[in-house]
Amino acid sequence: MSDQLLWFTTRGAGIVSLILLTAVVCLGITTAIRWQSSEWPRFLTAQLHRNIALLSVAFVAVHVVTSVIDPFTSLGWAAALIPFSSYYRTIWLGLGVISMELTLAVIVTSLLRDRIGRRVWRTVHWLSYAAWPLGVVHGFGTGSDATAVWMLAIQGGCVLAVGLCVIWRLETDRSARRRAEIDARGDVVPWV
Amino acid sequence: MAHVITIDRIRCDGYGMCAELLPEMIELDDWGYPILRAGPIPHQLVSHARRAVDVCPVLALRLRTAVPANARS
Ligand code: SF4
Repeated sequence: MSDQLLWFTTRGAGIVSLILLTAVVCLGITTAIRWQSSEWPRFLTAQLHRNIALLSVAFVAVHVVTSVIDPFTSLGWAAALIPFSSYYRTIWLGLGVISMELTLAVIVTSLLRDRIGRRVWRTVHWLSYAAWPLGVVHGFGTGSDATAVWMLAIQGGCVLAVGLCVIWRLETDRSARRRAEIDARGDVVPWV
Repeated sequence: MAHVITIDRIRCDGYGMCAELLPEMIELDDWGYPILRAGPIPHQLVSHARRAVDVCPVLALRLRTAVPANARS
């Protein structure tokens, strides 16, 4: 029974991590776009982005620890820390390990943001765009529930959410660039 | 010890979050860039100021402890 408990915990924590990290990515993009409304100030987006990211650390940690100590898989710590070192589902687990390590880098540099300076922080932060999809592929490839209808719905929802946010960001950046170009040409007087 | 907020105008991108968190000290101009009210931050606002500094996505704000003017040589 306790073995099974660990196994269910691993799966549950993995799914919660996916949902939380999807929210983190969407909130991060929303922060970058500077979206706001009268009911939703921008600091709310930024603080949620940070706090959910910190919360997700706990779930990822539970996900990893319970899968390592589960005697059924007997993965060992190396498999959880060194990409592609696992005998068990080498590729899929390896992608998960890379995703976790990139996410960790993003979070640690964010916590040290004041000290390492903005440029390094920002550069590392772009890794999120690699970490998130790797995590999704890891879950889809090796998740025990990956092909269950409800899990397909969750995964589909997450991919759709991030996809829409990315499109939204690209569109916003493009129109900002166009506006800057018009301003720079100076043939339109934007204000008098 | 009095606290003051300083702003790095070159870094500031007009995200405007600081003004949401510290409206007592920071206003936004028509383009969304912050205008700081002069003078030290009242004691009861220091924790809010800290949060405003923290939330700025481009690290343009700093909270400094100011030496009172009359103590400077
Ligand atoms: S939060 Fe930072 S970038 Fe935004 S207006 Fe204030 S100082 Fe400028």
